[in-house]
Order: sequence, then structure tokens, then C-alpha cells
Amino acid sequence: MSLNTDRLLSPEFQLISSWIEPGSRVLDLGCGDGTLMAHLQEARGCSGYGMELDPNLVIEAIENGINVIQANLNKKSLLDYFDADSFDYVIMTQALQVVDRPDLLLEEMLTIGKQSIVTFPNFGFWKNRVQLMFSGRMPETEVLPYHWYDTPNIHMCTFRDFESLCEQKGIEVVRRAVVNQQHETTLGMKLLPNLLGEIALYQIRRKSGRN
Amino acid sequence: MSTESVGLVRPQTLHVSEPLKTVSGAVIPEYDLVYETYGRLNDDRSNAILICHALSGNHHVAGYYEGDEKPGWWEAYVGPGKPIDTNRFFVVGVNNLGGCHGSTGPASINPATGKPWGPDFPIVTVPDWIVSQNKLREHLGIEQWAAVVGGSLGGMQVLQWAIDYPDRLRHAVVIAAAPRLSAQNIAFNEVARQAIMSDPDFHGGRYLEHGVIPKRGLALARMLGHLTYLSDDLMGKKFGRELRDTLKYSFDVEFQVESYLRYQGEKFATKQKFDANTYLLMTKALDYFDPSAPYDHDLSKAMARVQASFMVISFTSDWRFSPERSEEIVRALLDNDKNVSYAEIESQHGHDAFLLPNPIYEGVFSAYMNRVASEVGA
Repeated sequence: MSLNTDRLLSPEFQLISSWIEPGSRVLDLGCGDGTLMAHLQEARGCSGYGMELDPNLVIEAIENGINVIQANLNKKSLLDYFDADSFDYVIMTQALQVVDRPDLLLEEMLTIGKQSIVTFPNFGFWKNRVQLMFSGRMPETEVLPYHWYDTPNIHMCTFRDFESLCEQKGIEVVRRAVVNQQHETTLGMKLLPNLLGEIALYQIRRKSGRN
Repeated sequence: MSTESVGLVRPQTLHVSEPLKTVSGAVIPEYDLVYETYGRLNDDRSNAILICHALSGNHHVAGYYEGDEKPGWWEAYVGPGKPIDTNRFFVVGVNNLGGCHGSTGPASINPATGKPWGPDFPIVTVPDWIVSQNKLREHLGIEQWAAVVGGSLGGMQVLQWAIDYPDRLRHAVVIAAAPRLSAQNIAFNEVARQAIMSDPDFHGGRYLEHGVIPKRGLALARMLGHLTYLSDDLMGKKFGRELRDTLKYSFDVEFQVESYLRYQGEKFATKQKFDANTYLLMTKALDYFDPSAPYDHDLSKAMARVQASFMVISFTSDWRFSPERSEEIVRALLDNDKNVSYAEIESQHGHDAFLLPNPIYEGVFSAYMNRVASEVGA
């Protein structure tokens, strides 16, 4: 099946795609149905693999014509599969907050990949703050539709939290973008990203001199 | 899933008069390969699928023989509208050399003596099978298989195809296999062989000349094999500690699981008339299988030659060839940046799962074969 993607592709994926050099080797962690990877193959001449745990999504990813490896990254290390510097980019969209140890996974991503692109929902978004402050309850929004007890998002963080982790780990932020649910960027988000940005996109790499 | 069948089928025979020099050094001067085909070869001969069989399998993959009630061994996955869709693909099943279902093997007549080959039949290995299967490819006028597909020992043949004839297959589908046997695997095979060879009716492998077959040994070997194809969980569910009758405190069959195993062994040795020497040969082929050996025992080095795209499938409860063993294959392909997809299917059916219906397995298998079909214009 061939996806004629530009029309169907979400703005988040379009933005990621524009950050990736054509012809790159790419690994997409939590690749879902393979939409992004299939687009990168067709539109950007990239090659590589998707990784996914959900068997039904693995089937869809195969249908979408990508190489997909079924794997549980909470049980296995990326280094069980790949050597250092195997990829130009290791991408993880909206999955950092669901893994057991985001900090360790980030390290592995930047070991097997020269760069990474990570996206996640910003817990510092003003609506979340307002809900917690005024109702005294954990936020439930369009981006975070779960209850506190059944949410897969076990490691929520804000932009600031993420950047502080990067600093601590010697990770350099190459590029950053913030978008809302419609994946648009407004002037307000540029000025006050931690308050007004709903979804964060980061391009990161190891600081030179390390590794 | 489709319940349609390819219907009535008939085997054919290819006679190869060119000698085969086996890995062991012995020469098979000429031989027959019996095979079956389903579906139609398209005009550019690009839609052919070769199916390699496992230890006790054969060329009768799907469909029915005149008068038979039971279909071929992979009826669940091969036929119209099934994962290997005979409406799109030309499917070839072949009985391996050394087998006992029509291809030349230990029960065939040795032209040099006029008697059955018996124990004198050369030990054949997986690479020898691939050489002979390649003769069949040439005979059928197929430049390149759209895919070579197999489970268990069949999956090992797929791996060997991809390494030995890299440009002769576009896709490799390796199911419930391993890159080589573990010590435990080899040990199980050795116990099976000892069961056969210690049967008084074995006569050093010349039982046919004595007009007998080592039934008890063969049945024991099958019982052991069968046991390793099932998961502990499934046996627990299927039989538990259920009794046939009340406890008699004797050595008769008392537990249902004993009765089941004896039945399986008996059926294999008498009804299916599996040849004991073939069983010995097939287990040896398994033990010897190690495609990495010529490449410094480094599977990644062996895989550097591969051109085919791979689909690797394993099953969670398979302890004979566990998911970890399939992941070794995947890792060696990833080391070489090859095209590979991998699925670990949730199943309680142990090693046997590759033969049995399972919606996720069917989904993965169908999705991949659809990709193969659209690539080759089938």
C-alpha cells in the first residue's frame, strides 16, 4: 500500500519530516501503524526500521510497507538490537512519558543514533495547571484524556523538566518547537512555551566531547 | 479467515540425473524429488513461492488427495484467500531428499545393490537440500522465488536459501526457527535416535530387508518430539492430571496425557508409516544446521550476503525454538542493515503454533504476503 502522505500527514509529523535530512537512516520507536516511517521512506528517501509493541499496530505497519520490529522496550535495551551510531536519527513521538525509565532510554537513543527527535505532551500547559490549581485534581484534557489511575503516561514532564534532564545528561538541544493540539505554533507559545505549548518537539544530540 | 481449499491435488516427480555431492562428501548419483504445485505461474514467472517442510512434513502442503479426509499439513495457511493466497501465488511444496514420501531416501532402492539404501543412504544436510531444491527451481523455469517460506526446520532451510543463493529469492519468511540448535535441542534429538536404534526390530537400519519396522522405537521418538512441541501450559489445560479411569497403581495407561502421547506415537509409526531411517536423517540435518559455520561461526558475517527481505516470526510459548532464538536471526540481519520485520506472536500452543490458526499470526503473515504479492505484480 502506498500512502500519498502530504495531505494525510499530521502537522507534527510534517514538522519532524522537515527536520530530517533526506536519505537518512532512521529508527522510529513506538512507530504505531508506520505512517511517519512510510512517509520518510517515500518523501525523504530515508530507510530504517520502526519498533512497536502492539501486535495490531505491527500488522498495520507491515501493511504500510515499513520494516517493523516487535519489541517491548521496557524489557529490552535498544543495545540488544543495534550497535552505537547505527542511525542518523532515532525518533520517538508521544511515547517518552509511557516508558519505565525515560532517562535511560534517552541515553540509549543517543548511543545508537547520532541525533534524536522526541515529542511529548507538556504537563506545564496552562490548562493542566489551572485544573490542578482550582479543582485540586489531576488534569484530564484532549491531549491527556486519561484518569490518574489508568493513564499510560506514567512519567509526565514539562518543557523545563525535560531541558533540565538534558542539561544534566550532557544532551544538547539542537532545535525545539512547541505546538498546540492542532499542531500550530502561535506567538504566545514562542514567548511562553512552558505555559502555552501543549506538545513539545525536540531535536537533541550528545554534546561534543562526550562519547 | 478463508475456509476454501485448493481442492484435489496430485504430486509430481522430478528426476535429477546429475549427481549430488553432499556436504558429507558422499555422492548421490541420481535422485527423484516429489513435489506439488497450487495456483498458476504468472506470465513473467515472478509469483512463485517455495514452501520448505519441517521434520516430519512433506510436499503435501495443502489440498486433498483423492479419497483422503485429511488435507495437507499447512491447509490453514495455504489456499484461496489464505495468507499464502493461491489465487495470487504459484505455490510449490517439495519433499526433501532423504524423506519417505516419494523423494529419494533410505527406503528407496539403491541402484548399486538393488536393495533399499537403508543406513547406507548418505547423511544429507540443509545445504544439500537447498542444492536439490534449486534444481527444482531451474526445472520449473523460475528465475527468482517471490518468497521462500518455512516453519521450524523449514525456516532453517529458508535461512540457508537466503545465504547460499542470495539472488534467487526476493523474500524470506522464517517462522519458529533458530540459527542453530542448542545443546538441549541436540540432546532431545539424540534420545529420539537412541529410541529408534535400540529397538530390536531396527537391525542396524536394515529392517526393510528383514520385513519389519522398528515401530516401538519410532513411536517413542515421536512421543518425545511431540512433547517438546507443546507448552507446559497447554498440556496442563488440555489434560491436567485427568485419569482415564480410577487409579489402579499399575504401569498401564492411567493419565489422559499418557494415552494421548501413546496414540500420537502409534499413529506416526503405523498409520503414517514414517520411515525410521528418515527420522534419523532429519534429526541429524537439524543437529548439523549451522549456516554461520563457514563464516567464522559469525551469523552476522553469513547474513552480509543476504539480498532477500525477511519476515521473522516466533511464538511466546515455543520453548523448542524460543523467541530469543528468532531474535538472534533478527539481530544478525539488523547488524547488516538488511530489510527485516519481526513479530513475536502470543500463543499457548508451543512450537506447534506455527501450524495452528491464530488471528494475529494470520494478520502478520497475510500483511507480509500481500506486500510480496504487490511487489511481484501477483
